[in-house]
Amino acid sequence: MASFMATLSQIIALVRKELLALIKEPASRALLIAPAFLQALLYGYGATYDLTHVPYAVLDQSRSAASTELLARLDGTGVFVREATLTSSQQIAGVVDAEKALLVLSIPPDFETRLALSQSAPLQLVLDGRNSSTAGSAASHVGAIVAAYNASLGAGAPGIRVERRAWFNPNLESRWNMMPGLIAALSMLQTLVLAALSVAREREQGTFDQLLVTPLTPMQILIGKALPSILIGLLQSTIIFLIIRFWFEIPMQGSVWLLYFGLIVFTVASVGVGLSISALSLTMQQAMLYSFLLIMPLMLLSGLFTPVRNMPEVLQLATYANPLRFGMNIVRRVYLEGADLIDIWREFIPLLVLAATTLPLAAWLFRNRLS
Amino acid sequence: MRHPEFVRRFIALLRKETRQMLRDRSNLAVGLLLPVALILLFGYGLSFDVKNAPVAVVLEDSSPIAREAVAGLQGSTYLAPAWVANMDAAERLLRAGDADGIVRVPLDFSRRLATGDARIQLVLNGVNSTTAQTVEGYVNGAIATWAQKQADRAGNKAPAVGRVEVVQRMWFNEAGNSTWYLVPGLIVLVLTLIGAFLTSLLIAREWERGTLESLFVTPVRPLELIFAKLVPYVVVGAIDLMLCLLAARFLFEVPLRGSLTILLLASMLYLLVSLLLGLFISGKTRNQFQASQLAMLVSFMPAMMLSGFVFDLRNVPLVIQGVAQLLPATHFMGLIKTLFLAGDHGPTILRSVAILSLYAVVLVVATQRTLRKSLD
Amino acid sequence: MSDGGATVVAEGLRKTFEAPGGGPLHAVGGVSMTLRAGELTALVGPDGAGKTTLMRMMAGLLKPDAGMLRVLDIDVAKDPQTVQDRISYMPQRFGLYEDLSVQENLDLYADLHGVPQNLRRERFGRMLEMTDMARFTDRPAGKLSGGMKQKLGLACTLVRSPDLLLLDEPSVGVDPLSRRDLWKIVQQLVDDENLSVIVSTAYMDEAERCAQVFVMHEGRLLAEGAPGALRERARGLTYVATPPSGTPARDLQARLIDAGTRIVDAVPKGGAVWFIRQPEAEERALDGLLIGIGYRSRPEELEDAFMMMLRQQQTKETHAAPEAPTPSPQAASNGNGDKPVIVVRDLVRKFGDFTAVASTSFDVARGEIFGLLGPNGAGKTTTFRMLCGLLPVSSGHLEVAGMNLRTARSQARARIGYVSQKFALYGNLTVRENLEFFGGAYGLRGQALRSRVAATIAQFGLEPAAISGLLPGGYKQRLAMATGLLHEPEILFLDEPTSGIDPLARRAFWRTITALAQAGVTVIITTHFMEEAEYCDRIAIQDAGKVLALGTPQAVREQAGLDGGADMNNAFIAIVEHGRAAGRGDGKGAGA
Repeated sequence: MASFMATLSQIIALVRKELLALIKEPASRALLIAPAFLQALLYGYGATYDLTHVPYAVLDQSRSAASTELLARLDGTGVFVREATLTSSQQIAGVVDAEKALLVLSIPPDFETRLALSQSAPLQLVLDGRNSSTAGSAASHVGAIVAAYNASLGAGAPGIRVERRAWFNPNLESRWNMMPGLIAALSMLQTLVLAALSVAREREQGTFDQLLVTPLTPMQILIGKALPSILIGLLQSTIIFLIIRFWFEIPMQGSVWLLYFGLIVFTVASVGVGLSISALSLTMQQAMLYSFLLIMPLMLLSGLFTPVRNMPEVLQLATYANPLRFGMNIVRRVYLEGADLIDIWREFIPLLVLAATTLPLAAWLFRNRLS
Repeated sequence: MRHPEFVRRFIALLRKETRQMLRDRSNLAVGLLLPVALILLFGYGLSFDVKNAPVAVVLEDSSPIAREAVAGLQGSTYLAPAWVANMDAAERLLRAGDADGIVRVPLDFSRRLATGDARIQLVLNGVNSTTAQTVEGYVNGAIATWAQKQADRAGNKAPAVGRVEVVQRMWFNEAGNSTWYLVPGLIVLVLTLIGAFLTSLLIAREWERGTLESLFVTPVRPLELIFAKLVPYVVVGAIDLMLCLLAARFLFEVPLRGSLTILLLASMLYLLVSLLLGLFISGKTRNQFQASQLAMLVSFMPAMMLSGFVFDLRNVPLVIQGVAQLLPATHFMGLIKTLFLAGDHGPTILRSVAILSLYAVVLVVATQRTLRKSLD
Repeated sequence: MSDGGATVVAEGLRKTFEAPGGGPLHAVGGVSMTLRAGELTALVGPDGAGKTTLMRMMAGLLKPDAGMLRVLDIDVAKDPQTVQDRISYMPQRFGLYEDLSVQENLDLYADLHGVPQNLRRERFGRMLEMTDMARFTDRPAGKLSGGMKQKLGLACTLVRSPDLLLLDEPSVGVDPLSRRDLWKIVQQLVDDENLSVIVSTAYMDEAERCAQVFVMHEGRLLAEGAPGALRERARGLTYVATPPSGTPARDLQARLIDAGTRIVDAVPKGGAVWFIRQPEAEERALDGLLIGIGYRSRPEELEDAFMMMLRQQQTKETHAAPEAPTPSPQAASNGNGDKPVIVVRDLVRKFGDFTAVASTSFDVARGEIFGLLGPNGAGKTTTFRMLCGLLPVSSGHLEVAGMNLRTARSQARARIGYVSQKFALYGNLTVRENLEFFGGAYGLRGQALRSRVAATIAQFGLEPAAISGLLPGGYKQRLAMATGLLHEPEILFLDEPTSGIDPLARRAFWRTITALAQAGVTVIITTHFMEEAEYCDRIAIQDAGKVLALGTPQAVREQAGLDGGADMNNAFIAIVEHGRAAGRGDGKGAGA
């Protein structure tokens, strides 16, 4: 018991020192807290696939009641905003090239006549394909409006209705998907670098030797180095979590305890990766560059931007070593789906395996890294 | 002396910076390996197109017509339907993340079809809204196709009504291929990362190690230091740019509709801005720890999230658009997408180049100020 | 610039920083001085005297808050660049590019200063010879030992002959041989090229070479003049005493230095003790102190005068005299008879094909002070790092308190203290935070931790709220030592602990060390102050990884074969030069 207390007090001394060194300078302190706020807000608003504002131009050569009604339906959505009314087809290229309009609707002169004759009336849609995914969703939006308009004319497919119900995200807002992912992703960005610099900084400044001659065991050093990064990571996650929950008001379905349990396991695994990089690096420059080199693929292959299932199989296999993939899954599923541990226990396995390899590796490297 | 003083000093510093860069393998790893990795990831790893989305199908109505109604789901490469015995099992799959959606054909389907009031229920996992919307689109499409065929076969003529048909043309990217807009964005990302990561420690390191104090009391001028630090990384960045352009042309076959010269010049200008931003961070913080955290924060995520690369800026609130306009990456992103896919559009080129040049000048002056020879 | 003109003129010069407590710290508080051109000028003073701040202002790196400062007849605050174009400056910690080789560092500075190629070859040759680095030109600067880095920094500064040369403690951590060579070069530059040099130094023998000496203390000028004139202050007060045979000189020295009312200063030297009498005390008063011990007066030196000035300041400020530490109870109880505490047998360490330590053997007994001396790069630090378990051995056997620290359980490390050559504490933490952390790491907690930290802060005269990284060099070194002693270790490894600290603090430090040794603590120490070897029970002189001499200071002096009365400095130089000559002769080197 006494020796346990002694071990504990040594670790506390180390953790205290690490935290002090981290937050001593106001600039460093700000750098660990403020970005979580700022980024959560910026990306919360900025990272959305949902169309909210589609500037369009119209070339209405029909100038009929039918065309006016169709355009009124378009304007009524609030999403489509008419930026220009064109008078000739030569003007189309101008507004699209200058990105004044994402799409141009061109209504032929015989539009109403053809409808009256029960013929099909072509509505020409020119899209700016520079961002093909926005263009694609704008097109399907227009398609839906046109279909509704057709239905009002009495056309349309016969007697079968698909009733949609979306679980977990009833309005299919992409922010609901993105933001819980950010709880894991944003904090990983900083904590991994934080952990990666922790030992490298001491090596560069010569203090690591002084640490190694103390009675601290590699395990104690490991815990002392890992805890502050983990705490900072969890603090950042908490900030982002609170912003999502109370600023963006995305309803939380699952248990906060399970969410934090997942976040802790995830943060421990990423700090393990960071510390391994740190133990391998001789200078801060190396630690920083190697962690950046790693972070890029981790982010891109996490499922934050594109679903893992869409990736080639080789890369899907590689993502098993990616803590962010599983950390993000856990957060999303607990937060949005209200998943229980029984639903998601599989997601913990890769994280635990990663932590169980990287942390001992780092501890071993502290003393045995050849200088 | 053959050279003017400053040329001689500049060459001496340049030699020093080049040696330091080449001597640390981590520099080359990030400078050359990272771009290659990103090219491959973007080219092959990232895709917004949904493929083989697992969908659980519950046929409560076991009549042939019900079976036929959802048979169309099978033919597509987008959906991977799996027949499930009952709704409980399907919901379990959905909850476990093993299905993106459930298509439920209710018990009374065929009876109500006869009365023209049939329902098919689609339950989606809304967590990934993009996937959910895509799945919805394909399911709707498959069922509508069947319904249309069914109607034609039955010969029951709906009253002839005119209908509007959308004739769609996607300019610049006829096939709607997402690679075409990801690859130009990739160039922005690579040049942003090179700048931020490789240069953001250069000055901070010299402050921390005390090398600047010795260097200051020599005839060296701050501007000479800045340019000597830039040049080696401009070369690395230029190599990366070439790699990206070659990959764009030959690996991903993205068309280049604008002028190559303008593209190269604009890219080099942006590279300069990006390297200068890293140097400025370095000089301002004088602290490697802070510099690396800042570099991380101002480069990768903003370039991904706020530059109009992945997310369209047209969809974000005005304030956020304002923030995005502050990023040099946003302006270069707009320019490079236009150059690749749309062609030389004079006003876009002029505006972006002017803004980027302004950034370059401001950053040179600001960085120079951080290198004023003073320990105060 | 004419001969005899002024190279630096300061009037009412002030520079104030913010003190750790928030108040003003007058680093330089109203200094007026005129430094003559074409001469060697010394700035001396204890830690925190403001020497570095003054130098930095001269170099145009800091702006004065008040007063006038003209360097080379240029107002340096207005036009620093013109001054920087014409002067050379070596900061206290010369920032070498560690990833560049020795040659590349030299080339860089030669290019920046525009040294023409034809001059360069001759100059580089001389520098490399002087610094004894001709063999290492391809080695990255980061792989050099601490002292070698210092020498390379000096070489980089001296790649050209500037109009004014500023050297901020150039010889900190430089061995006596190189120090001698370094001064030869500086002197030659002054003689041949009429160079003006300003040097700050902690070595009084260096100040003695200068034409003019300025003594600074807490930002003010205490005295100025030629060394001869300053020396006068100690006239008639200096003596040398011979300790009874069989007792170490340091016991007598300790007794004398503790008698503060009668004695200003005492140091062991050449087996005897040199001391200074308090001017207020009568010569008779010495008899009571030196019963049965012979003493005679000796010629005064600059160091004597300097020590007197410092002591006067100290009593004025009523600084607590350095208190002798309480003996470590742990150390006192943990003896295991006469077995040596440290055993080193045929220790070898190779880096690639470079042999840093070659077949070294020695023992250190409990309570012994063992000095490891040698030129820069001799392998002392490597030996230390192996003993402390920071570096695996290539071959051979070593035991510290009966075990190899590299493989021993962590508790074993609690019994040693280690002070590394480079300042290796957390720069952005305060003095107190550093001490509390290391105390905690060594398992101290609660009341025990608080009282040890408080005692250590008092003992070393530290300012607890100061940010460690911003301390003047000497105070950093004190903090490093304080940290090494905090947990009252049984065995102390001190790698150049006194480099760059002022004589007063050095005396206090050695008083602590001798007291610790009396209490049974084993001390292994490296130093470049050869007079400090006199405090040791035994010393070993190492060069190129080999032990050249091993024994008591007396025995080593005798081995040097110089006439009696040779001081350690000369003995050291003689032994190393002899060793190198023999090494060249048979290609293998002479073992001791």
